[in-house]
Amino acid sequence: MVRAEPEITPALVAEHGLKPDEYQRILKLIGRTPTFTELGIFSAMWNEHCSYKSSRLHLKTLPTKAPWVIQGPGENAGVIDIGDGDACVFKMESHNHPSFIEPYQGATTGVGGILRDVFTMGARPIACLNLLRFGSPEHAKTRHLVGGVVAGVAGYGNSFGVPTVGGSVNFHTRYDGNILVNAMAVGLAKTNEIFYAKASGIGRPIVYLGSKTGRDGIHGATMASASFEANAEEKRPTVQVGDPFSEKLLLEACLEIMQKGCVIAIQDMGAAGLTSSAVEMGAKGDLGIELDLDAIPCREPGMTAYEMMLSESQERMLMVLDPAKEKEAEDVFRKWGLDFAIVGKTTDTLRFVVKHQGEIKADLPIKELGDEAPLYDRPHVPTPKKPVLKSSDIKPPVSNADALIRLVSTPDNCSKRWVWEQYDHLILGNSIQQPGGDAAVVRIGDGPKGLAMCTDVTQRYCEADPVEGGKQAVAETWRNLTATGALPLALTDNLNFGNPEKPEAMGQFVGCVQGIGEAARALDFPIVSGNVSLYNETQGRGILPTPSIGGVGLVDNIEHTATVAFKAEGEVILLVGTTIGWLGQSAYLADVCGREEGAPPPVDLVAERANGDFVRGLIRAQQVTAVHDLSDGGLAVAIAEMAMAGGIGAKIEAASGLDAHAWLFGEDQARYVLTATVAQAKIIHDLAAKQNIPLTTIGTTQGKSVQLPNETAIALDTLSHAHENWLPNYMAHAG
Amino acid sequence: MKAAVILFPGSNRENDVVRAIRQATGKQPHIVWHGETQLPAGTDLVVLPGGFSYGDYLRCGAIAGRANVMDAVRAHAARGGLVLGICNGFQILCEGGLLPGVLMRNRDLRFICKMQHLKVERADTAFTSAYTQGQTIKVAIAHGEGNYVADDETVRRLEGDGRVAFRYCDANGHLGGLANPNGSLNDIAGIYSEKMNVLGMMPHPENLIDPLVGGIDGRGLFNSLSNSLAAVA
Amino acid sequence: MKARVTVTLKTGVLDPQGKAIEGALKSLSVAGIASVRQGKVFDIELDAKDEASAKTALTTACEKLLANTVVENYRIDIV
Repeated sequence: MVRAEPEITPALVAEHGLKPDEYQRILKLIGRTPTFTELGIFSAMWNEHCSYKSSRLHLKTLPTKAPWVIQGPGENAGVIDIGDGDACVFKMESHNHPSFIEPYQGATTGVGGILRDVFTMGARPIACLNLLRFGSPEHAKTRHLVGGVVAGVAGYGNSFGVPTVGGSVNFHTRYDGNILVNAMAVGLAKTNEIFYAKASGIGRPIVYLGSKTGRDGIHGATMASASFEANAEEKRPTVQVGDPFSEKLLLEACLEIMQKGCVIAIQDMGAAGLTSSAVEMGAKGDLGIELDLDAIPCREPGMTAYEMMLSESQERMLMVLDPAKEKEAEDVFRKWGLDFAIVGKTTDTLRFVVKHQGEIKADLPIKELGDEAPLYDRPHVPTPKKPVLKSSDIKPPVSNADALIRLVSTPDNCSKRWVWEQYDHLILGNSIQQPGGDAAVVRIGDGPKGLAMCTDVTQRYCEADPVEGGKQAVAETWRNLTATGALPLALTDNLNFGNPEKPEAMGQFVGCVQGIGEAARALDFPIVSGNVSLYNETQGRGILPTPSIGGVGLVDNIEHTATVAFKAEGEVILLVGTTIGWLGQSAYLADVCGREEGAPPPVDLVAERANGDFVRGLIRAQQVTAVHDLSDGGLAVAIAEMAMAGGIGAKIEAASGLDAHAWLFGEDQARYVLTATVAQAKIIHDLAAKQNIPLTTIGTTQGKSVQLPNETAIALDTLSHAHENWLPNYMAHAG
Repeated sequence: MKAAVILFPGSNRENDVVRAIRQATGKQPHIVWHGETQLPAGTDLVVLPGGFSYGDYLRCGAIAGRANVMDAVRAHAARGGLVLGICNGFQILCEGGLLPGVLMRNRDLRFICKMQHLKVERADTAFTSAYTQGQTIKVAIAHGEGNYVADDETVRRLEGDGRVAFRYCDANGHLGGLANPNGSLNDIAGIYSEKMNVLGMMPHPENLIDPLVGGIDGRGLFNSLSNSLAAVA
Repeated sequence: MKARVTVTLKTGVLDPQGKAIEGALKSLSVAGIASVRQGKVFDIELDAKDEASAKTALTTACEKLLANTVVENYRIDIV
């Protein structure tokens, strides 16, 4: 039974998210009215999610090269050389809109998709991370979304069998109707065994692998590029369902046939499923592709060509196999109980031809489907600069001790133990540094090397000043990796912004990309993969600009890393970096004073690099006992976190010439807190003087309380209670 | 010692336990595919590793408990051979009829991964001779369904026969309250078969074999196995 | 032939999921909810010659796999 295909009308074109001028472009390109299936293919290929039509122009300005970069953006994931023939493969990707509609499945398929991106390249995943942004805790849906997303991330990663080692969870009312779920995966491969999407050879069979195709997720990629209206929840049927069990089998089967040398090209079916994977394989290899949809393994009877081409059923792959080894590959897939079907072939026509039930459903020029996608230079206006606030103009509403207790227990700064204890962060037995520190450290095999990894962004800085905020996101990621002793090597970005058709939102995007580029260049920290998520707005209101940065660094010797926990009493506490007490856009100003105001702290990239290189040197020479980077909440929060982690208190000295609240809570950048023995501290001071690194002794580790200057001491138990309880209490509250 | 680690579709901690066995014995265990009907000749120890066999679909361990290879595992156990089931492996042993009871959803309905202390109930078995009786050890837990449930009569028998292997406790060895992470009856974390040759446990000793990754309290279990099998041979 | 197999927890076995659902329903102010127990439903198509042989097959299926009779009961309905 074949359903009649609808007529192509302006309304149908609009429903496909194609603007009238974009439709004209299609007519010009193919010289006739497209078929229904072709219209679907264009809508999938030319939407924002797949074509990057609003962002491409600006992304081109980002630095993507370094001697250690093997593969930059444009493939399933980025690849860097980490020595000894080893490569690290990683990427971050968003699943924002689906997660808002159905948090559990949205999050699972987000994790599943990013894992597939990594193992498609021939890498075995060794770790997952994420960056989650939810609406205000008071918003009616937030608790449900937090519970569902966390359970979904856990449900997929735990079952798949990869440790989820790090992440970031924040709340803000600007995410009330549009949460962010950004998932990152990191894998290991050999530098000479990386697999790509580029097809080669004419007449080679194209093989479909994995789960069957169903009607789920049809127009998922189009949904991901449409802004939310109040009725977003009615879109539920397009959400895909994740099956980590199948994906685990797919992983093992793919790695096995790669090992056997069966694979010529491989592409995961992600957004826009069969369409974009097939087009990409052909276009990259300068080949045509012919698909025979009668051979596609389907989950439901009566699926049309249109549905098959746009289905976003999960856990599927497309491959070009070495014809001599096709049987061998098929045996592996049958062993793992996965579907295996020859669904087409490569051709020399440079056409993308789709056949179904004896009819040609689509016949399009394959290169132009990607290359001729619209490219926009959207109008953009810079965010007006905010005034620099003076600390003397910000009167402390409470004592500094009370402010600290409040700051360690805010939704953003409180312990996220409730979240990461649901993630299996110990599987594989290589999690040297686990969630809760600056960055995770994962051992490579039996060592001695390791990889440090983390995700960061401070969206309130980006909102106030996109350029400085973009810089800061990169700098903080770099700093967090450095604080473990790792050398930061490369980053992946996930750029979450509002509606690019609005000049203000586009201006935020352009500003952040500029800042990211500047910082990445200055820190030798290239971008090797990434994803752009636009149209994150609800009823006309955009999210905070959120360029998530996921960083990876190399640890030479996992025996020589640093953690945040204080190790012993009577040690010297040192502060690296310059403090002027910057309170504009600080957590203190927002959460203690209730004001989101002023310019954010500027990022001095030269100081950032010098201070970080200095700290890394100390860690690698084992001269320090604990290290923590300074970020939200400044010095006082960093000290409190180090004290709680180690169960050892601290006494902090006053700084001359600074207001106490500015000294304790200012968020000046490029700073670290270290501890060292008294003897080592002297040596470190000499080293710092020689290298012109600002270094101050600020206190001593001692007792079971944190003593801020001229304040009542705060018992560690009081701090820990405040820090640990906010999230479990919030989640336990019946919704 | 000749060890065989059974691989089911969806197993995912097999390499963790392989590493622990290799560390204790210096030998690489055999990996046995679930479709096999026989164990490698001379197998002393069968290990059912952690993971989500068959996606935990239907019930945890239900489908794997009925896989081909389980007949061979049951025969091995009936002969007195040693069997260790960790986490999903414990669930499979219960579903496969080798141990009594069942593992239900955790009390708080959430997957939980963290360091957890256990009390070693007895140190005279092939699995625990390297520990001392009553010793508190720190291992990892990582499960969503580890809440041990059995009928009153079964629990009475397990307790009466000294078949509780490990109980959840806090760092000071105290039982009860929040020291029990999942709601298990009598804080049960692991149990033995009647002949004490089959051990099922929810926690992961195989993830605590390295001072850099949390500690080495898990080594005792693998050293015990290595020692007891060396003594037999 | 079509059948529906319903698997439920035995009375007295703790059902944390059922409890959670019950709590949620109460907090949604759904009137008159006393208690909730959750279970599983299997819709099965059979190739059986008569109802008796279908029931035999389904009973075996339940005893062998679909239900864990330590904690679960099952009910077979030919539909």
